[in-house]
Amino acid sequence: MSCSPVERAAKATPTQLANRIRGLSDRGIAWLFVTPTIFLLLSINIFPLIWTIYLSFTNFRANRIGRAVKTIGLRNYERILSDADIWQTMQATAHFLIWTLFLQVLIGFTLAWLINRKFKGNDLWTTIIVLPMMLSPAVVGNFWKFLYQPQIGLFNYVVNFFTGIDPSSFSMIGDVPLAPWAIVIVDTWMWTPFVMLICLAGLRSIPDYLYEAAAVDRASNWRQFWTITVPMVLPFLMLAVLFRGIENFKMFDLVVQLTGGGPGSITELTSINLKREAFEKWHTGYASAYAVILFVTVFGLASIYVKALNKVKER
Amino acid sequence: MKLKNIIVSTAVALAGVSGSAAQAEDLTLCWASWDPANALVELSKDYEAKSGNTMHFEFVPWPNFADRMLNELNSGGKLCDLLIGDSQWIGGAAENGQYIKLNDFFAKEGISMGDFIPATVVGYAEWPKNTPNYWALPAFADVVGWTYRKDWFSRPDLKKAFKAKYGYDLGVPSSLAHLKDIAQFFQGRKIDGKTVYGAAIYTERGSEGITMGVTNALYNYGFEYQNPKKPYDMAGFVNSAGAVAGLKFYKELYKVGAPPGSSDWYMSEDIDAYKSGQVAMQMNFAFVWPGMNADPNVGGDRTGYFANPPGPTGQFAQLGGQGISVVANTAHKDAALAYIKWFAQPEIQKRWTAMGGASALRAVVEDPAFPGKKPYNKAFLKSMAIVKDFWAEPSYADLLLAMQDRVHKYVIAGQGTAKQALDGLLKDWTQTFEDEGKL
Amino acid sequence: MSSFSVTTPTKRQKWIAGILVVLYALITITPLVWIVMTGFKSSADSIAYPPKVIFSPSLEGYVNLFTSQTRLTSEQLATTPAPATWYEKLVRSHEMVIVGPSRFGQRFLNSVIIGFGSTFLSVFLGTLAAYAFSRFRVPIKDDLLFFILSTRMMPPIAAAIPIFLMFRELGLSDTRLGMILLYTGVNLSLAVWLLKGFIDEIPFEYEEAALIDGYTRFQAFYKVVLPQAATGIASTAIFCLIFAWNEYAFAVLLTSGNAQTAPPFIPTIIGFGGLDWPAVAAGTTLFLLPIMIFTILLRKHLLRGITFGAVRK
Repeated sequence: MSCSPVERAAKATPTQLANRIRGLSDRGIAWLFVTPTIFLLLSINIFPLIWTIYLSFTNFRANRIGRAVKTIGLRNYERILSDADIWQTMQATAHFLIWTLFLQVLIGFTLAWLINRKFKGNDLWTTIIVLPMMLSPAVVGNFWKFLYQPQIGLFNYVVNFFTGIDPSSFSMIGDVPLAPWAIVIVDTWMWTPFVMLICLAGLRSIPDYLYEAAAVDRASNWRQFWTITVPMVLPFLMLAVLFRGIENFKMFDLVVQLTGGGPGSITELTSINLKREAFEKWHTGYASAYAVILFVTVFGLASIYVKALNKVKER
Repeated sequence: MKLKNIIVSTAVALAGVSGSAAQAEDLTLCWASWDPANALVELSKDYEAKSGNTMHFEFVPWPNFADRMLNELNSGGKLCDLLIGDSQWIGGAAENGQYIKLNDFFAKEGISMGDFIPATVVGYAEWPKNTPNYWALPAFADVVGWTYRKDWFSRPDLKKAFKAKYGYDLGVPSSLAHLKDIAQFFQGRKIDGKTVYGAAIYTERGSEGITMGVTNALYNYGFEYQNPKKPYDMAGFVNSAGAVAGLKFYKELYKVGAPPGSSDWYMSEDIDAYKSGQVAMQMNFAFVWPGMNADPNVGGDRTGYFANPPGPTGQFAQLGGQGISVVANTAHKDAALAYIKWFAQPEIQKRWTAMGGASALRAVVEDPAFPGKKPYNKAFLKSMAIVKDFWAEPSYADLLLAMQDRVHKYVIAGQGTAKQALDGLLKDWTQTFEDEGKL
Repeated sequence: MSSFSVTTPTKRQKWIAGILVVLYALITITPLVWIVMTGFKSSADSIAYPPKVIFSPSLEGYVNLFTSQTRLTSEQLATTPAPATWYEKLVRSHEMVIVGPSRFGQRFLNSVIIGFGSTFLSVFLGTLAAYAFSRFRVPIKDDLLFFILSTRMMPPIAAAIPIFLMFRELGLSDTRLGMILLYTGVNLSLAVWLLKGFIDEIPFEYEEAALIDGYTRFQAFYKVVLPQAATGIASTAIFCLIFAWNEYAFAVLLTSGNAQTAPPFIPTIIGFGGLDWPAVAAGTTLFLLPIMIFTILLRKHLLRGITFGAVRK
């Protein structure tokens, strides 16, 4: 058992002296180190949030600087909650969220499980699979738009190769029934590796002896899977779903480049709608109310989810 | 008249030459990123030589142009000293104090708005409309028109087949209905071994594309923005029976004559489609015509040009084009005004057109040699004579976005009926004007 | 007879798993390969239908990416001097002439400056704060940490509204400084969480010993903790850089010309008549390349970085 000189010195110091030394200028250092961070976070995150809440009660428009600003109470909120178009965007967002989460969990978990078989060279292939999620979503959305073009894009020709469907007969981003799936496909392409990595960590954290014990008890493979693998990976899966859920609720870059919210407003997610209201129509007060509603929704859902996640972890 | 022009232009030229060259300043001019902008860069070298100032340029592609520039103006940015802004921004920029009013400057320098095509003065420079308050100098005259494959139209086998099917000769369409017939005729036809389609039209959702396209149909079927006698009175004008018919027509045209996957097309995509031989006709702003003429694939004698054909109630074409304004926030006001003065000179305007711009100066377009100079000039003159513009109100963005939404939903996404779309649009516009206090 | 047992995958299982994963990897990488290929196609080839898999490569895309050009009429062409370099010849073959560099170089540079600037600041402040959270009893520490995490829940567009107004008041619109501050503010939460995790793993005894030896607290931090946390700091830095590099929403709303970064710029590279796909593909390739390199370098730490340090392999 080797001890470095530092460790030996540490062990040799009487505790009382050590405590006193530790106490010197502790509080000063602590506050000095933490304050700049807190200050920056307050000014970039909290102060704007408070300002947004204030604005949501006014009819302020950022492009009419001279106009008098009126406080109008809850009218912005009323208009938003009673607007049929807003519910349409919520629907589009929900469709996007549910299907991306479902597909990413399904494919991600399967991939993690396969990679865990530890075949030769899986490191290399894993790194390749992981590449898409590190890229800029806006740039990805832009080049997938190119891939989805019916006449000149690769996607339709690949589909044609495998299924014989005429490549100019459908357009992923131009046809109303297909557009929502177009964005689901690209997001899944990008983020499945994320779920895969987390599931992989989960799978690798399962101690071997659990399986060995089950095998001794002559438990079937299916039973092993459902009673050992799934429960142990579940907290990791739920964490992955939490992160992807929050990110996809906020989704903007990828979809705005891919479809711009079209055709019509079929793929207009909440963030895209918000951008139109705030930065194209310049209804700043109205958009602020919208932003507050969105934030509260995400925060609320996330809090509930985190509570559930903690419960699962304890089990 | 001619003598006065000579005197004015000499005075302006002299004044331009003796302009302040005391201190070399840096001017930034912002415009859309397209062929004419590059021509302007070349042309501006003359200004740089004469004034000693250095020109910088910030060009943004059309789909992002409005967003970027309006954002820039509204955020108090100092990027642009000169802005060649879209005609619809005039109202907002004027009322929000984002452009410098040019009346005094014009008076001092002897620049007369009477020297420019009247439609361009109203469209690009005036706010409020039809009042002598000027916020820009008409810089680029543009209007929606059509190109067509003259070589295909002259093929005897196609001519025979067309005549047999439709009963009249294949040629430049004399009405919108005929245009639809022609588009339908070419849709899916095999020419030289490749499948081609009828017409590339505007369907873009994100900025202003489909609105700039559909108005060419709406105007000619009776759509009006408001009661000519009572401003902002829109019921029965926006959603009249004629307007509904016009909207239906555009959807029909898209269905039977547009290439597959053209659900989000604007200027670039139309250019691409036409140049690659995908379509027989192309709806586009006239600025593309020089490029079409010069194209190795489809240029020269292979392409012809025509103004937007008439409909049942009239013949109009959607106005494009921009005026050049001085941004109020600029730190180089005098140099910017000097640029405008230089630009307004008739010889510069002549060179502007020759280099790929489109001068709005009457002296240039009313020159008897003009129609013969280029194969598209006749169509250009005809088109500029029938222009009609979208709202230029300060709230134009709201109005435009509402129209983009309603029209795209109906024409492309196939939701609802034409009447519902226009009724909905009326509701949106009424709401906007009520918020503005105009109703 | 296959077994689900993790402990002993059979050889046949390994083969099947391997083939399936390789298949998925190949499918996944095809779009990226296609884009890199498109960067080397000529304009006509890039919009050919059906799409060309075999083509003769051309550097047109890259030339168009880095230069701005203008078309000349045949009369003007006759009077301009003959092209000298290979790229001028290429451009002249399309009846165009180079008038100067394009905006891409400057946008890329902005991405680098804003990326590195905000990364440096985030990591600097983040390391200090993480050390404090790790070693001291800071009041309401848990609440502060959760508050830091919850700042990531706001959609960027929503946050952009007040920040747009703030920047306008402070004159920070379209400035690199403004963007650096903004990205730092957004990245700090990530930096603090990650770095706290790394610093937690360094045993306190080392500092204790240093303190005994008479070092001040600050010196202990500087001489003992920092060197040991070096890899952690490096990976945190790269994650912050990746975020700033890829960011689009704030960039498109708050920058215009001077401070615009590459992501808002690349989709707008218009050539002559239509979107210049080879140039866009070239720009995309160059922009994605650093990220791909970083990914390969960071592959051991990826999981930790993308889950805010919540999961460590």
